[in-house]
Amino acid sequence: MARIVVDPVTRIEGHLRIEAELNGGAISDAWSSGTMFRGIELILRGRDPREAWIWAQRICGVCTTVHALTSVRAVEDALGIEVPENANLIRNIIGASQYVQDHVIHFYHLHALDWVDVTLALKADPAKTEQLAESISPWPKSSRTYFKGIQDRVKALVESKQLSLFSSGYWGHPAYHLPPEANLLAVAHYIEALEFQRDYIRIHAVLGGKNPHLQTYLVGGMSTAMDPNEPQATINPERITFLAELASKAQTFVDQVYIPDVLAVASFYRDWFGRGEGLGNFLSYGDFPQGSVKDSARFYLPRGAIFNRDLSKVQPVDPANVAEYVTHSWYQYSDGDQNPKHPYQGETNPKYTGPKPPFENLQTDQKYSWLKAPRYQDHPMEVGPLSRMLVAYASGHQEVKDLVNGALAKLNAQPSALFSTLGRIAARAIEAQLMARQVSKWVAELGDKLGHGDLRVHNGEKWDPDSWPKEAQGFGFHEAPRGALAHWVHIEDKKIKNYQAVVPTTWNAGPRDAKGQRGAYEASLLKTPIADPERPLEILRTVHSFDPCLACAVHVVDAQGRCHSVLKAS
Amino acid sequence: MFPSNQTFTRALQQKGINRRRFIKFCTAMTATLALPPRYVAQVAAALEKARKPVLVWLQFQDCAGNSESILRSSHPSVLEVVLDLFSWEYHELVMAGAGHQAEAALERVVREEKGKFLAVVEGAVPLADDGVYCTVGGRTALDIARHVCPNAAATIAAGACAWDGGLVRAHPNPTGAVGISEAVPEANVINLGGCPQNPANTAAVLVHYLTFGQLPAMDQYHRPLFAYGRIIHDQCERRAHYDAGRFVQEWGDEGHRKGWCLYKMGCKGPEATFNCPSVRWNDGTSWPVKAGHGCLACASHRFWDVRSPFYERLPQVPGFGADVTAGEIGMGVTAAVAGATIVHGIASAIRDRMRTQPEAVPPQASNQPPKA
Repeated sequence: MARIVVDPVTRIEGHLRIEAELNGGAISDAWSSGTMFRGIELILRGRDPREAWIWAQRICGVCTTVHALTSVRAVEDALGIEVPENANLIRNIIGASQYVQDHVIHFYHLHALDWVDVTLALKADPAKTEQLAESISPWPKSSRTYFKGIQDRVKALVESKQLSLFSSGYWGHPAYHLPPEANLLAVAHYIEALEFQRDYIRIHAVLGGKNPHLQTYLVGGMSTAMDPNEPQATINPERITFLAELASKAQTFVDQVYIPDVLAVASFYRDWFGRGEGLGNFLSYGDFPQGSVKDSARFYLPRGAIFNRDLSKVQPVDPANVAEYVTHSWYQYSDGDQNPKHPYQGETNPKYTGPKPPFENLQTDQKYSWLKAPRYQDHPMEVGPLSRMLVAYASGHQEVKDLVNGALAKLNAQPSALFSTLGRIAARAIEAQLMARQVSKWVAELGDKLGHGDLRVHNGEKWDPDSWPKEAQGFGFHEAPRGALAHWVHIEDKKIKNYQAVVPTTWNAGPRDAKGQRGAYEASLLKTPIADPERPLEILRTVHSFDPCLACAVHVVDAQGRCHSVLKAS
Repeated sequence: MFPSNQTFTRALQQKGINRRRFIKFCTAMTATLALPPRYVAQVAAALEKARKPVLVWLQFQDCAGNSESILRSSHPSVLEVVLDLFSWEYHELVMAGAGHQAEAALERVVREEKGKFLAVVEGAVPLADDGVYCTVGGRTALDIARHVCPNAAATIAAGACAWDGGLVRAHPNPTGAVGISEAVPEANVINLGGCPQNPANTAAVLVHYLTFGQLPAMDQYHRPLFAYGRIIHDQCERRAHYDAGRFVQEWGDEGHRKGWCLYKMGCKGPEATFNCPSVRWNDGTSWPVKAGHGCLACASHRFWDVRSPFYERLPQVPGFGADVTAGEIGMGVTAAVAGATIVHGIASAIRDRMRTQPEAVPPQASNQPPKA
């Protein structure tokens, strides 16, 4: 048995390490480890809860905005604040546009190079590339002259012998199957998507002041003042027109570039509908309230859980059933590491017991990660676009059903094909298409409110901390692009006493629990064939299909407010 | 003005850049750097060199917000920065290679480009407990930083965490985090504070380096003057409202809708230096104050501990005609003008009362954050 180590896993956010055991050319076991820790929740203690979102947002700059939203929701829940409809609408627009932005970047810039061999683009015939492009999409940038220009650019790069970001790829790997023309098309769209994301995110600049790290959330609403007759109002008719234009362009890009590319790539890699299956348990908190955030029945994306791939039953979700293990994590619980703890009772005393760096291998039979292992009713769960789309599909969400069935028909595949590496990629693309439409709808709705003189963006009743109870605790959630995210806050004497976050990548990339149940990455890598252990492209394919975000995943808090003594590495 | 020979044109075409776009870019860069127009030719000449300088981007205790920010660079576009101007050979967030192939790429740069390459650092470096809080490829961040940064021609600290430890270093600093110049004192560092750094400034520093082979003029914190030499309050589009005593009193009130001054809502602009109001963000679209929220002073030293609580009004504000430089703010010489400001603040409050309904009780955060 050989052990493969991939560290750093690149084209992700944060620091992830995968160790895998190889037996007979396939993976027989795998371990996922987060190798960075900052302690942001500990830093949050003692601060003003109204500014917790500013700090918490820095948990991640890729999933920027998501922790800010979750944090204000947690504090609003604790203090019993309902935000005005406009604030909810603006939050929905920011959140939905983050899906589109994140999913496009993920597919083209973080994941595509697992499927696309850039060097093969040189062998493509630009005329045939034109034919291919026009056969799958009406997207106008499809002439042979255009593709020749892209090819020349790649050629110049290769001839310069300075390949930049592409210098260390697994080029020529036998698992690359795309014909040269598809590679050239993908390289062209890699470049176009870079331009797209830069352009589109101006939605966040308008509504958030800047991206990354938006700066317009408030406990009680948003700071984006609205006025139909004021040139200096953050939201006025001119800005609505601008937002609508960006939203419309994004729909076209997703419909005509992203979706056709995903379908085209998938058609050449059909064996990956049978790989990377993973846990088969899926969790979604649901999100995008249409009214109160407490009214989960009216969320645009539904709340629910699916167990054992059974799409005939969607179970209700209660956050009280979430608990975290540290049996294999570099933390210590005061009453032993065998039992999990709910976040309100959560404690996290960091205790590194791994090998002293520099090291070759982790002690994977012991503790091996800075991530905890969250469980729902003691089950490991997968979270993310696939979970959301499956829960929506199984709940009878008509738009999702139409989009999913349409994609499956084009790929000549059954719904069961979704339980796979490619299934995650397809679900993400479908979700981008769905949410790109919603952005347009919600922008129109906001414009409508503006026109009718509904200008409330903030509920200031509880802004003054003197109006707060002595003690309060709250739960805030968000379906972030990468999946189910929740913050739990405990406020005492107007300050944060305790803060805890359980984030998407902790669910997906977490280690084993006390029962030895694997996390989602670990389970999904089992049985994956590896053609070349020196270049484990197949591991990247499946791990990337989850869209890892490790900065999010590692966090700490100590419910008792103790200072931690950290043991030296042995 | 421009070298217009055949070779130059061909070189541009090979890079896939047409001449008009290239000149436009050089002009924009020259302007951002506040250089006289005659330098456009020099910028252009530097950019057409056959061999591109090599750059590596290291991520330590980070959130990748600075990496994302550079992806939003619009002039030059991220593609121009990454493919045309530099050979960007190591950057975990976006590089093709992974695992030991990625590590080998970094090793090769340190070995073969010693003293010539640029390093960008994002994120803090944890020093506590032998650095176990951040490892890449089984090595600690400190180990990697000590290996790479002193061998680079220059190291760019991108964002607050790489500059001074940022949020990771905020009280109680659980991991003993510091910025790169504290972790590796022998490195030649330029600090681009901000949370995140603004890609317009980072791109301008890179182009300055390409053009002149050295870093631009810097202040006492090793920040480039062109980006950090002016107080935000002095460049703010809401400044006229401050001078006229028109303040937002409550979120969403009439003043808020009309774009009045956010000083009473906790804005730190009067004590912060950055070119945020002029270059703005995301292709010049907006910046936080335009979007209705106060400035956090995110480009100031140790701003997380020093500038929070973020909703508490600054106790003393320079301005109202007082000519205070960024350097003086940095040295804490604000007291000299404080008296005048307090008078101004009171006067404007009285004016507000006379003009409108009784003033709402201003929000006062009653808790002080723990200081490091």
